[in-house]
Amino acid sequence: MNTFRRPGRGRTHPEKELRFSFDSKVYTGYEGDTLASALIANGVHLVGRSFKYHRPRGFIGAGSEEANALVAFDRGPGRKTPNVRATTIELFEGLVAHSQNNWPDVKFDVAAMNDMFSVFFPAGFYNKTFMWPKSFWDKVYEPAIRRLAGLGPAPTQPDKDHYASTYGHCEILIAGAGPAGIAAALAASDAGGRVILADEQVELGGSLLSVPQAVIEGMPAWQWLENSLEILRARENVRLMPRTTVIGYYHDNFLGLVERLTDHERSPAAELPRECLHRIRAGRAVLATGAIERPLVFADNDRPGIMLASAAQTYLNRYGVVVGDNVAVFTSHDSAYEAAFDLSDANVRIAAIIDLREGVPEALLEEANNRGIDVTTSAVVTGTSGRHRVRQICVNTMKNGVVEGGAKTIICDAVLVSGGWTPSVHLFSHSKGQLKWCQRVGAYLPDAPNENTLCVGACNGTFGLSNVLEEGAKAGGDGRTYKTSEPLSGTGEIFQSVPTDRDQTRIKAFVDFQNDVTDKDIKLAVREGFRSIEHVKRYTTNGMATDQGKTSNLNALQIASKAINRPIEQVGLTTFRPPYTPTTFGAVLGYRDGDSFEVTRKTSVDMWAEENAAVFEPVGLWRRARYFPRNGEDMQTAVNRESAATRHSLGIFDASTLGKIEIVGPDAAEFLNRMYTNPWTKLAAGRCRYGLLLGEDGYITDDGVIGRLADDRFHVTTTTGGAPRVLAMMEDFLQTEWPSLDVWLTSVTEQWAVIALNGPNARKLIEPFVDGIDLSLKAFPHMAVKEGKICGIETRLFRVSFSGELGFEINVPAHFGRALWETLYKAGEQFDITPYGTETMHVLRAEKGFIIVGQDTDGTVTPDDAGMSWAIGKKKPDFVGKRSLARPDLVASGRKQLVGLFTEDPEIVLQEGAQIVADRDQPIPMHMIGHVTSSYWSSTLGRSIAMALVKDGRTLNGTNVFVPMPEQTHVAKIGGTVSYDPEGARLDVV
Amino acid sequence: MLLIRCPYCEEERPEVEFSYAGEAHIARPADPSQLNDEQWAEYLFIRTNARGIHYERWCHRHGCARYFNAVRDTVTDKLQMTYKAGEPKPDAIGPSGGDK
Amino acid sequence: MGTGRNTTIIRSNYLYDESARIYDHALDLWDGLSQELNYNVMYSKRGVMMLAHNVHDMQSFHRHIHANRLNGVDNQWLTPEEAKAYCPPLSISKNARYPVMGAALQKKGGVARHDSVAWGYARAAAALGVDIIQNCAVTGIKRAADGAVEGIETERGFIATPKVGVSAAGNSSVLMEMAGLRFPLESYPLQALVSEPVKPVFPCVVMSNTVHAYISQSDKGELVIGAGTDQYVSYSQHGALHIIEHTLASICEIFPLFKRMRMLRSWGGVVDVTPDRSPILGKTPVPGLYVNCGWGTGGFKATPGAGHLLAHTIAKDEPHKINAPFTLDRFRTGRLIDEAAAAAVAH
Repeated sequence: MNTFRRPGRGRTHPEKELRFSFDSKVYTGYEGDTLASALIANGVHLVGRSFKYHRPRGFIGAGSEEANALVAFDRGPGRKTPNVRATTIELFEGLVAHSQNNWPDVKFDVAAMNDMFSVFFPAGFYNKTFMWPKSFWDKVYEPAIRRLAGLGPAPTQPDKDHYASTYGHCEILIAGAGPAGIAAALAASDAGGRVILADEQVELGGSLLSVPQAVIEGMPAWQWLENSLEILRARENVRLMPRTTVIGYYHDNFLGLVERLTDHERSPAAELPRECLHRIRAGRAVLATGAIERPLVFADNDRPGIMLASAAQTYLNRYGVVVGDNVAVFTSHDSAYEAAFDLSDANVRIAAIIDLREGVPEALLEEANNRGIDVTTSAVVTGTSGRHRVRQICVNTMKNGVVEGGAKTIICDAVLVSGGWTPSVHLFSHSKGQLKWCQRVGAYLPDAPNENTLCVGACNGTFGLSNVLEEGAKAGGDGRTYKTSEPLSGTGEIFQSVPTDRDQTRIKAFVDFQNDVTDKDIKLAVREGFRSIEHVKRYTTNGMATDQGKTSNLNALQIASKAINRPIEQVGLTTFRPPYTPTTFGAVLGYRDGDSFEVTRKTSVDMWAEENAAVFEPVGLWRRARYFPRNGEDMQTAVNRESAATRHSLGIFDASTLGKIEIVGPDAAEFLNRMYTNPWTKLAAGRCRYGLLLGEDGYITDDGVIGRLADDRFHVTTTTGGAPRVLAMMEDFLQTEWPSLDVWLTSVTEQWAVIALNGPNARKLIEPFVDGIDLSLKAFPHMAVKEGKICGIETRLFRVSFSGELGFEINVPAHFGRALWETLYKAGEQFDITPYGTETMHVLRAEKGFIIVGQDTDGTVTPDDAGMSWAIGKKKPDFVGKRSLARPDLVASGRKQLVGLFTEDPEIVLQEGAQIVADRDQPIPMHMIGHVTSSYWSSTLGRSIAMALVKDGRTLNGTNVFVPMPEQTHVAKIGGTVSYDPEGARLDVV
Repeated sequence: MLLIRCPYCEEERPEVEFSYAGEAHIARPADPSQLNDEQWAEYLFIRTNARGIHYERWCHRHGCARYFNAVRDTVTDKLQMTYKAGEPKPDAIGPSGGDK
Repeated sequence: MGTGRNTTIIRSNYLYDESARIYDHALDLWDGLSQELNYNVMYSKRGVMMLAHNVHDMQSFHRHIHANRLNGVDNQWLTPEEAKAYCPPLSISKNARYPVMGAALQKKGGVARHDSVAWGYARAAAALGVDIIQNCAVTGIKRAADGAVEGIETERGFIATPKVGVSAAGNSSVLMEMAGLRFPLESYPLQALVSEPVKPVFPCVVMSNTVHAYISQSDKGELVIGAGTDQYVSYSQHGALHIIEHTLASICEIFPLFKRMRMLRSWGGVVDVTPDRSPILGKTPVPGLYVNCGWGTGGFKATPGAGHLLAHTIAKDEPHKINAPFTLDRFRTGRLIDEAAAAAVAH
């Protein structure tokens, strides 16, 4: 058995002994221990080094408020977690943890030199130094500073665990399962609503777990707790959630909860998620988050062995572990006496109780006297010593608040401190509830809520077991009373900082233990002119460590308030930021991981493409086949082959990703008139027209072919990425600007698979399969659309071409897409049918000078800039964007216009995005007149082709411009955008 | 995540079902060609951006897909009410929750 | 006194000449800022890398890189392998949902400690005799019969002055309204978060507009992470969880190593955004009233430049040639400086 165990005490299971390793040394503990309680049971208090000065540090708390004892929790490769509080790690057989932020080891840490030179490291130190010589900053100072920063090592391998998330609803969500939370849950669940009771700890019970001697309703506290939990467990409307932290409180009673599912298990089942984020919308939130004891700020108050009195009490009563053999107590609050008495009753020597207060309740003094404990009032600890653990303390008495000389030395191996209690108002503050300073408690308490919230128990400044239980019950909806008895406790005084007789410039009295912020730092910040507590916080970094100031914020605030010489309520409070405790990224992202990071939209032909070795590219949410390499071809070779096949015989292309919107109703044509630049009234049923869509700012936002199926029915296509945006824009105008139009809009993108056939043999291929549509040139000319059947499948057949060749776009219900594709592909073998991807599609369209919105336009291009004034219905009184086209800058000269660009050396393929200048010899910064928007090798033309947006480009037709690249400047001639078959003869090949 | 009442569905639903659609009660001019450049720019770009009570539009994108209006306090983010497109601009309830 | 609390990124690789000039002007000033202020603003030239995840990104980044090069602005293209070498935690797996197809790197870009910048300026200004009144809100802008500025009302009284410069970020609309002006601005919540501090693991700044996230590591060891704005106008500074969920999913998609890291703190700020995502910096229709606003998510990087240009404009009553294009009038004429198309998300 461990030396510091007290058999018969605590809730651990001595019959289940567990081995674990810390810093490669093997220890034993019990089931039910935390890593912290097990280490303390083995007499280990030195567990880490502080952030800045690398001072030895031990445990300050027993729960999630722990500021010092951060360890690397090592569950093997891909499962190492830095900065975990040893106080929250549940022990299991074989657990491995390491101390961190020290080199070479925790007992001998080289960077502890920082402590010796710490007179040079006050708050804001970095800001005032390391500036000269200037060149040293980048190369010497900054890398050095960064190497010293950080706590544990970052993970070096991908996380092997997975995470989960849920949504949930309840009438009442209770955060914190201490007495107030449990009383609230009992009352609320009695009323029948759905109740969630969440607590960050493994066991529900909160403070009750640390005070077994309390009595509730005539029962020992632990018995009452067990009975109450039994009742709650039996109720179907209650969900008890241990190991679940309410991390944040968001808008409209939306709360985030993180449940830890496997970290406590020796060998968790592989299918179990490690953590789960529960996103709960609660009718009401009851916050029963308790309070955290406040340390006292005195010289060298950070040595291992110096800890919160409540923590020592928890270690004893909950884990059966004593924190030392000879323990001193330093307090300004009654509650530390309780811890001292419990330890004394467990045969620990209490070396002394040093109380800052003049007046201490008689009953406490009497109890101390009964146990033979020496209490000194109006006294102060002025210093401590001991290298890796506190060994002794110096105690002075005070008169009228002034420290008297003649320090007394007291030998001890632990010091319990208590400076009062800080209600945990974090969640209330997250919800934007207002806080108000309460002098009685010496802390900020919840005031006006912003949500449907009730705060109960210690987090509301309510102390005393029956008060707390009754407040909880009331929040849960009943007015019952509780009879309790409990150890003496209650009042205390808040000391802004502990008086001392020492030279204040030479001592370190820590406020924020993890970030090594001392009271001197805070006073310095105030001297330097910082009046806002937010700036004091950032200047000193107080409260910005991984505990987010749970034990330090109020002490810092009080010290700052005194230094500024203004009351606390005028100094303000720093904002509480979610999460309540550090939260694993994996838990927050939940299932949005790996393959399910974001949905991948796939067409019905996608699997065929995959089976046929397509190389894909992401386009918006879609993935599209980019090219179909054969026999190890590179992209260019494949594209050359695919375009030649299409130009000379037959190419097949999956165009299913095109956005499709069906516009139906008596006013459908009028609606299109108002939306698109083009006129629609006279378009005959069975015909198509290219449509250009502008934003209200006059710039091209989308385009696509629109077919009129009937007088009152249009089939609109959009760009692949633009479909949702275009539909939203149309709905917006229809619903809010023109509600009188009788029109319905329906997205049909997913409903139709679209197979594009291009090439001189396209008609020959499909003719045998088509029913009900006369495909002859005359009956079904370019830009015609008809409904009929293909292979017996209902189709909307378009005769359109984005390649310049004879082309058809066959729309069939999506689930027939692949079957039709395969049928056509097989039948197309006679024409050497060739599947092509988006890359070839781009080359073919660029040869024809067709634009891609978003590539050849960028949100600043008007129809005229793009050379598409022809698409504007001149007689239309209005359409979206029309008025903007008349704005001064949109009609001014010097606008960039889309032109063709032909390199002097036909082998040179310009880089898309390359910039264009008129004068190649000018110095940098050069005057750029445009850029290359599209550029390809055209195997058909045997040369490169490009399009570019060039200032006044159309007036420069035939002139040379220059494209300065890093290695050489290319010469190119401006020309038209259509390089292939400008007459359009290929469209009508028979 | 806000909880938003769709006035068409008559249900409170989470914000992720909705898209924000900008300030409300900015009607597109009946005849834009009659506006001078400044007036047109006002329509296109100038926004109240109220700190406090804000009239704004939402679309129940993943629900009924209808656009509607809302009154929200931009300091607390609390929605005071929602109402159908085309209904008159209501008075906000009580004083602005804004701090100025 | 505040810096908008963005993720402190400094870069100047913007597309348009006007933008490149204003941001590069700022970048030049960053270089000597610590020495000029005699206060270390911790400007760390760690390099800012923007990831390309599709062909469109590649075209857009090349356009930036070439424009930057000819403008004398540092920016270079990296292959996926080069990007990985520059930033080892980066995943360049071909099987990623959005595989990295390359990156644009501005080596001179980086981060600075935002608080230090504010403090350094405040100290230097105070030393020059500037009276800085902390915790004091402006409640009104007083104008004379001829319309010109006469002074400002504050919580602590009236200050008479013929010239007022407004540099109020998310609250710019509120201030402009005090002078009777309506502006093309909307204020949106912008969230950011930090991880727990860890030993140095992340050597630069990485941004991805396609996957929607940006990240760097602070001198304290925290990973500093952000994404785009929330969707609605708000002054609440109240963050929403679903935004953080998406942001961290994006980060872990690009940096799978970080999935086990832990979020320490998240917060929301307010950013004022113009229709073209470029600032308004110059004179206003009110004589004597000058404004510096509309920087959206990207104003921090321009701090020294914007400050200098606002000062110049106020002193001379006319804009410097660098900020001359950033007028309010451009929204009337349509002469927008539209970086939105190229950098729709984060700056």
